[in-house]
Amino acid sequence: MKSLDASLNDEGSEVEGPLLEIRDLKVTFQTPHGDFDAVRDAHLSIMSGETVAMVGESGSGKSTTALAVIGLLPDNGRVSGGQILLNGEDIAHASERRMIELRGKTIGMVPQDPMSNLNPVWKIGYQVSEALRANGKPARHSDVARVLEEAGLPDPGRCARQYPHQLSGGMRQRVLIAIGLSYPPRLLIADEPTSALDVTVQRQVLDHLEVMTSELGTGTLLITHDLGLAAERASRVVVMYGGRVVESGPSLELLLNPRHPYTQRLVASAPSLSSRRIQTRTRSAFTGEACPRRSRPRRSSGADELLKVENLTKKFKLRSATGRSTPFTAVDNVSFSVGRGTTTAIVGVSGSGKSTIARMVLNLLTPTSGRIVFDGVDTSTLSNRQIFDFRRRMQPIFQNPYGSLDPMYNIYRTIEEPLRTHRIGDRSSREKKVRELLDQVSLPQSSMKRYPNELSGGQRQRVAIARALALDPDVIICDEAVSALDALVQAQVLTLLGQLQSILGLTYVFIAHDLAVVRQIADDVCVMEKGKVVEAGPTDSVFEAPRHDCTTALLNAIPGTGLLPPQVGRSVLTNGVDIAKCSHRPRACRSWK
Amino acid sequence: MIRYLLRRLLQTIPVLIGTTLLVYYMVFALPGDPIAALFRDKQPPQSVIDDLRNQYHLDEPFWIQYGAFLVNLLTLNLGNDFTQQPVASTLARIFPVTAMLAVEALIIQAVFGVTFGLIAGLRRGRVFDSTVLVVSLIVIAIPTFVLGFVFQLVFGVRLGWAKPTVGANADWAALVLPATVLGLASFAYVLRLTRASVIENKKADYVLTASAKGLSGPRLVLTHILRNSMIPVVTYLGANLGSLMGGAVVIEGIFNVPGVGNKLYQAVLRGEGPTVVIIVSVLVLVFVVANLLVDLLYAWLDPRIRYDK
Repeated sequence: MKSLDASLNDEGSEVEGPLLEIRDLKVTFQTPHGDFDAVRDAHLSIMSGETVAMVGESGSGKSTTALAVIGLLPDNGRVSGGQILLNGEDIAHASERRMIELRGKTIGMVPQDPMSNLNPVWKIGYQVSEALRANGKPARHSDVARVLEEAGLPDPGRCARQYPHQLSGGMRQRVLIAIGLSYPPRLLIADEPTSALDVTVQRQVLDHLEVMTSELGTGTLLITHDLGLAAERASRVVVMYGGRVVESGPSLELLLNPRHPYTQRLVASAPSLSSRRIQTRTRSAFTGEACPRRSRPRRSSGADELLKVENLTKKFKLRSATGRSTPFTAVDNVSFSVGRGTTTAIVGVSGSGKSTIARMVLNLLTPTSGRIVFDGVDTSTLSNRQIFDFRRRMQPIFQNPYGSLDPMYNIYRTIEEPLRTHRIGDRSSREKKVRELLDQVSLPQSSMKRYPNELSGGQRQRVAIARALALDPDVIICDEAVSALDALVQAQVLTLLGQLQSILGLTYVFIAHDLAVVRQIADDVCVMEKGKVVEAGPTDSVFEAPRHDCTTALLNAIPGTGLLPPQVGRSVLTNGVDIAKCSHRPRACRSWK
Repeated sequence: MIRYLLRRLLQTIPVLIGTTLLVYYMVFALPGDPIAALFRDKQPPQSVIDDLRNQYHLDEPFWIQYGAFLVNLLTLNLGNDFTQQPVASTLARIFPVTAMLAVEALIIQAVFGVTFGLIAGLRRGRVFDSTVLVVSLIVIAIPTFVLGFVFQLVFGVRLGWAKPTVGANADWAALVLPATVLGLASFAYVLRLTRASVIENKKADYVLTASAKGLSGPRLVLTHILRNSMIPVVTYLGANLGSLMGGAVVIEGIFNVPGVGNKLYQAVLRGEGPTVVIIVSVLVLVFVVANLLVDLLYAWLDPRIRYDK
């Protein structure tokens, strides 16, 4: 009742209650299959100047709650119950005119994906000035420049004259922050503001956001799927699962004593909080007795090098606007080797040349100089026929499970395609193989007839793994294979990769920007910066005693590091829930005789 | 940018040679003697026939005829047609009429197609949208010449809103009726293209972000939905300008417009190779230039597109 009374006060007077209070919120979507409640009985409150994080996997209702607050639910969605109190005023059913008044001025938003949230056809300056003008503020060049400068963009005048595609992801995200805070609003909704960014850039952007919101006294609702990040940035955390708030409380307390089973799983699988290779444990648990496994020699330096990269260099020609081309060295004299049955991770921020290496190793891009030796053979000397056979032995898994599967192919056809391409087996044996592969990646046989758009991100990535395994390859190149996935799904896929490695003796080259993920899967690490390998060695030693600044920066950028004392972190892992329980238990044992 | 323009203009040379060669050969291969067709049952003096045959190299083999034509074209000597009128002055008379007709049709289809398409896209699934979709389907299904006669009858004769035929002095007002009929067929496509594009762009993340900034109403629709939706529409319109000029043949016949289509039809009947080829070449040039303009417009509509590659 207090907040209702508060709304009767004059606008100018200090309001005592929370800035935002959500009570028993229910959001319903109309679908062809009937109504569906995306959010049920959600509740939270945010005081002025406070940051509250909302954590949950995709589809848990986080973003829907946020959109309900700012009144931008999709056409088929509506608030069907509860209240959203902003300074005591219930805006859950406010008129569109009132919402337009509030948007930008009182409630600001920083959206998730910096690539798609700026209109590609308008200059940055225009898109900023538009936000100022819509809220009745002066929008001269100097005002635009000031707003951009406050968001930490160097050379704001120049930036204003550029188009979104001319800026990096981090800079675009800053532009979005500048727009979201331009008025400045009393409440800021930051929906996964940094999940599309590198960890180091993420840290800078979040630091800056924190400084700005605390200076302005803005209340922030931070939406994220990363519990580590949430705990580090917010004073309180709200955990959502299946459309409900299952747990909420002060960050650290929630992290140390998670009560709800989902929160416990989340804490256990948060990559940023775990500190060991996950599959070491699952491997021993898994290969206990029933499963025969191929011999997997322990990594011993140089004993059995399956893949060796020597002095690899790749130069590109960059064309500037004036048509002059300047040489650009994407990969600069890189050497490393990968032992059979081990995982080598290549880590670095985006633009450091990791993916270029992956493409050269896959023989999809010709190196400028240097050699790639696979199983004793220099891959540049292969004939077309030999390259075809080589492809059988080395398969990729790409980052985006939404883009790497053909939407017109059903799952059966997707997995069968490599077998058909390489003319392996007949119809019935190929079908048998596809069934086996689905078993191996723990997908139900019934999914064979389904299409990628009917599957979740994690399921799609399992399909991509099954496709990569179809030809029984020796090496799998995982190019950011888990970075597009939620924390829990990420843990499941990593576990699956680890299990497959121990059963099949696979060798992985694992490309990632997230060191927390790398720690869980890799035996060896190469840290790259600007095309060069700046540090390389066994994972544990690189993590425990980083020698290069770049490695230290990457390590420090992992959200949640140092949040828990090491003992606590470990105890959470060993005494907490078994990660293997979270993932579907692989049924590989049965079919692998 | 300039290099791109130059390259594109140079590309028109092989296009022009190819089309003229093809068209010239097709007219050459038509059965019957063009001179005999010209005089019908009259018997002109042999000296006149010989003169004509000489002038148009009619007794020479195909390559000599075509070569002579090309040389004339390059020296900008368009010559006379079979009735001894200079082709250049005929072109100067008839070309602006057809250009006017095509441009008017283009404007009509662009303005109405984009407006209706935008409204239909924004109100997807409502009454306006459904009605417009059905009507546009009907318009697509009816052949242009049927539509032409219906319009002539209804608006020209019964209602008397416009002159049913155009005649000698064709100006913008007189061309309204034929231009509307000409534009209607593609109008339906423009509408559907705009509608589909608007529906897609409406869902874009940056539209949501723009709403979150506080934008609303026409400003949001025009700057963030319409402009982004115009890219495919502009391509279609540009490619369509050429077809509109070519497609004017039928319409010009129905409404008696003294334009390129009429002239082309007569020239084909007479087997006047050079005249046919010159008119077709001009149409090809229009087509090429229109497409070039579209490609340049792209850069303005979508700054991500770059030409120096």
